[in-house]
Formats: sequence, C-alpha cells, structure tokens
Amino acid sequence: MSLLEIENLHVEIDGKEILKGLDLTVNAGEVHAIMGPNGSGKSTLAYVLAGKAYYTPTAGEVRFDGKNIFDMTPDERAAAGLFLAFQYPLEIPGVATMTFLRTALNAQRKKRGEAELSTPEFLKKVREVSGKLDINQDMLRRAVNVGFSGGEKKRNEILQMALLEPRLAVLDETDSGLDIDALRIVSEGVNRLRSKQRAFVVITHYQRLLDYIVPDVVHVLSKGRIVKTGGKELALELEARGYAEYQEEVPA
Amino acid sequence: MNAEVAIIKTAAEAALAQAFSQARGRLPGDGAIAAQRAAAFDVFAKTGLPHRRIEDWKYTDLRALMREAKPLAAPPDAAAKAPAKTAGALLGDVEARRLVFVDGAFVAELSDVENLESGLTVGSLADSLSNGDPTLAAHLGKLAPASDAAVALNTALMGDGAVIRIAAGATIERPIHLLFVASAKPAATFVRSLVVVEAGARAMLIESHEGPAGSDYQVNAALEIFVGDEAHVDHVKIIGEGADALHVSTLAAAIGARARFNAFTFTTGGAVVRNQLFLKFDGADTVAGIRGATLIKGRQHADTTLVVDHVAQRCQSREMFKTVLDGEAHGVFQGRIIVRPHAQKTDAKMMTRALLLSERAEADNKPELEIFADDVQCGHGATAGALDDELKFYLMARGIPQAEAEALLIRAFLGEAIEGIEHAGLREALMDAVVAWLEAR
Repeated sequence: MSLLEIENLHVEIDGKEILKGLDLTVNAGEVHAIMGPNGSGKSTLAYVLAGKAYYTPTAGEVRFDGKNIFDMTPDERAAAGLFLAFQYPLEIPGVATMTFLRTALNAQRKKRGEAELSTPEFLKKVREVSGKLDINQDMLRRAVNVGFSGGEKKRNEILQMALLEPRLAVLDETDSGLDIDALRIVSEGVNRLRSKQRAFVVITHYQRLLDYIVPDVVHVLSKGRIVKTGGKELALELEARGYAEYQEEVPA
Repeated sequence: MNAEVAIIKTAAEAALAQAFSQARGRLPGDGAIAAQRAAAFDVFAKTGLPHRRIEDWKYTDLRALMREAKPLAAPPDAAAKAPAKTAGALLGDVEARRLVFVDGAFVAELSDVENLESGLTVGSLADSLSNGDPTLAAHLGKLAPASDAAVALNTALMGDGAVIRIAAGATIERPIHLLFVASAKPAATFVRSLVVVEAGARAMLIESHEGPAGSDYQVNAALEIFVGDEAHVDHVKIIGEGADALHVSTLAAAIGARARFNAFTFTTGGAVVRNQLFLKFDGADTVAGIRGATLIKGRQHADTTLVVDHVAQRCQSREMFKTVLDGEAHGVFQGRIIVRPHAQKTDAKMMTRALLLSERAEADNKPELEIFADDVQCGHGATAGALDDELKFYLMARGIPQAEAEALLIRAFLGEAIEGIEHAGLREALMDAVVAWLEAR
C-alpha cells in the first residue's frame, strides 16, 4: 500500500475548478517534486491535503495510509502524520512559539494514544532540533512568527516538521523568499529527516531547491493535472525550457 | 395651582424614591451627610433611571433593563455571612488583606484588620459616617461625578464600604482586597468606598464582586481613589456577580504628578453590568495603564464606560479593553479621552477590540477624543470580528483540535490586556479564570 494515493481528484474553490483530475501516488521513503507554472494548482493541492476550508473536493479520492482523508479534520490528518509547511506561515500574536510547539506536539501524541512529553523531554527535543536549524532561544521566546523575517518563518516551519516527525511532509514553496544560506539550512533540515518510513512532496517553481533536496520523482502540474512525470533530470529540463509547452499541450 | 410637571415614574423609580424616604432617617451620617444624600437624591429624582436618550447610557438603558428596584439589603445574619468564608476563590493563592462585605455591610470577623502595616489605616464607611471622620468631609463625593444617575443614587443610599488611608511614603506590599459578596436574598446594596493614597506611597487594591446564581440582586458600588504625587497605585476590579445580578459600579480617581496608576477590570458575571471609570490626571508626568477583559455569554450585557481626563501636561495613558462575546451577549465600550488646553505633550492611546464567537452576539464600540491642546499624541482604534479562520487552520494543521485552537487564540487575544497587570500571581489567576470560562463555554 502506498502512503499517499490520489485518484482523479477534482477540487473547487468558490465554484471554480482548480484541480481537474489529478493522480499522484507517493510511497514511503520517496521524495516527489511537483513543479508547475503559477496558477496550475500547486498550492491548492497542498491546502486540500491539509484540509483547508472552502477547498472543496467534488470528485476523486485521496487516501493517506489507506484511509480517506476527507473523513478527517485537519488536526486528525496532522496526528495521522500529514504535515504541510506553509508557503506563507502565519503570525499568531500572543501565542509564544514554545507554547505553540508544545501544544501541537502533545495534542498529536494524545490523539495517537501516546504519553505527553514532560517539560524537560520537550525542551531537550526542541534544543536538539532548533540548533541545527540556526534558530536561537530568542526566536523561540517570541510569539509565533511575529517579527520573524521571511527566512526565519520558513526555518520555523522546518522546526515544526522536525519536532512533529510526520510520515508525509508537503513543502509548499518553502524555497520562496530564501537567500542561498537559508536555502541550504532549510534543505539540510529536510534531508536529515529523509528516511525509509517518511515521504516528501516538494512543491516549487524553481529547480534550485532540487539541487539541495534531490527528488526521486518529478511531476509537472499544469491546469490542475499532472501532465508529465520523470526522474530528477526532468527538473533540469524544465529549468532550461520553461513550462510553455506543458501549458499548451494539456490533453482535453 | 402649581404648574408642576408630573414626571411619570417607572415602578423601579417609584420604589427607589420610597426606599430613600423610608431609609434616610436611619442611614449613617450627620446633618452635612444627610444634606449630601438629599441633594444627590434630587439629582436622581430629576432625571430618573438613565435611558437610551441619554448619550452616556445610550447602549445600557437602565430604565428598560431594571424592571424593579429591590429593597435595601438587611444587615447580614449568620446564614448570609456563611458563603463569604469561601468567597474570592477566583484569586487562587494570591495573598491579600481581605476586607469582607456581605450584602454591602462590613463584616469585621471575616476581615483581616490585624497587624496593619505601618502607614495603613482601614475602616468601614458606616463607622466613618457615624463618627464624623474628617477624611470624608475632605474627600467623599469629590471625584465621582455628581450628575451621573448611578453615582447620585449611590451617594443618596450609601450604607457601608471601605475607608482606606495610606500615609505618605508608605509601601504596602500586601494587596488589599475589598471582597463584596451578595447573599442569596435578592436585595439592593449601595456600597461606597474611599481610598486616599498620599504622596510617594505604594499600594495595590483588589475589588471583587460576587454572589449566587439564581438571585436577581442589585449592586451599586462606587470607589473614589486619590492618588498623591509620586504614588504608585494598582486597582484591579473583578466583576464575578451571579448570573442574574444587576451590577453598576463606578471608579473615580484623581491622580497626582509623577505617579503611576494602573486600573484593570475583569468581567465575567452578572446579567447586566455597567462599569464606569472616571479618571483625572491632575499632575504632570504621570503614567497610567487602563485595561480590561470581559468575557460574556448567553444574554449577558456588559458596558464599560470610560472617561480619561488629561488636565495636566506630559502624562501618558494607555487604554486597552478586550471583550469576548458568545451566545447573544451584548458588549459595550464607550471611551472618551479629554485633553484639556494646558495638557500639552499628552500621549494617550486607546484600543478596544471585541471578539465575537457567535453571530448573535453584539459589540458596540464608541471611542471619542476631545482634544483642546495642540501638541499631543492621541489615537484610538476599535475592532470587532470573529476568530481568524486562517490562524485556526494553521493551528489545526499542526494537530491542535478546533476547541483547543480557539481557546489558544482567545487566551492570546485577552492576554494582551491581562499582561498589563503588574502582579504576576493575579495575572495567572485571571488567565486561569479565562481558561475556566472557556472550558465551561
């Protein structure tokens, strides 16, 4: 059984169809890149997997670990091991980053029937992970993402991923707005988590990120469907030739 | 024949007039106090209960909301006093000197009046009125606006309350807690307190009001605080009345130069609540924080009406009021900042925000600035809205269930106001009360 199975997925937002019959299968241990032009439906795919309101599936199926995700609320999906690194991480004034991390981690553990982490256990875990991502104690003391730079927000997403240890992580344009140093730190953070049990779907515009996070499979998404699938060399081809040909030759 | 205009009185107004005429002979105080009471009642009699055509009471029409006036509370018996022993639980383990009032009457045996710190004097208003305490002649009624109908009624019918003096330079570390408890009898109480903090002194006052659910008792409480030059005073009011109570309370303060003054109101209880603050900056270079958090649900109505009067120059005031409304609750905030012609370099910023958890809840915000000086920094902001769905989704996408995500955001919303309280234990106790409110939602 594959970890993620998407079959003929159609999704509407405000009555407008964005995904138009998308198929995708991701096995544990794999890294899939999804590339495509603006407006092709990349972020819609990310949000519909995480369970955002008003992203309405009208046809098709999505199974995560064999279970229909449309029967699950966003928090249930997260506890089952699905993680979305947001393209635009939100600022939450008044909620300390540490409180947020701890509440999230313990909520997931509780739902899975695991014991909540004690304060020392939690602090140890945060210290281990944050140091590698160049996240200092001052950032952790501040309210979630408030006053963070673009790069800090993205690093904070990776920190959350590393703490929550999902089975499938969807990275939605995690490279956007990052300088080359931040890109390296974030990519190393992702690569450290690669394992046989875990899969990644990396959504990006640019091939650059894939120099650091080397994918097993590359898909081209255009007009709401996967129109081409290949190996990592497909990303280089796209970088050289652009998306124009895929935008024109979508099968009817 | 006299051309007297016949004023049509409501049942409540008629009952108040009757209560005053019956009680005036036995209410404490000498001739001067009796005259003060009579003059105050005349003010009330002329206007009657405030109603929606009186601008300051536009959203809290007492004439409609107060169908009847309860009889004046009788002195509490042993049964009435019993629940007061366990009152004040919301404060958790905050250590404070308690002055307990049951049905508006001071109860010495439940109060902590031993081993007073040097410089601290506490007593009951009833005693002060009976003894002709000179503090009263100098201070009582000097700050609370006599023209306000609620204040006028309070002055006419005041029975008891606290009279506290803090001598110049004294630091009273232990908070002083005025604990007002209503017994199960649905009666009316009129409590009046007076606090004089002399120059350079430091004190913290907690004023809490509570009573049983299921009793439609009525509370009219007023507190006048004189804050001397370079004094530092914190006042925290907790309105935790029973679910059917009517509560009107007034805080009036005059604040001297180079002082620090913080006022906080925490409101969760009462069917109808009107919380009035009249604050006057009389001395230059004072810094003040005026904040509040209100959580109401069901059909509760809570009105905060604030007048901040900058008379002296270079004072800074920060006003922040947060309201969380569920069910069909109705929240009102009226905030007026006045900057007098000589109050140059005033720095005043007022923010009021309402969070509506239900589509049937209503929040009315009325901020006003009246600026007569030309070199000032003043601003106000007001928002009302639902919880941010995007934030909720972000939290849920991290595995936090919806109810917990909402509670986290609501705590953060109120936390911004509650953080302004300097006493850490009290801050925690109020955040715990917020959590309890959310869990009971």
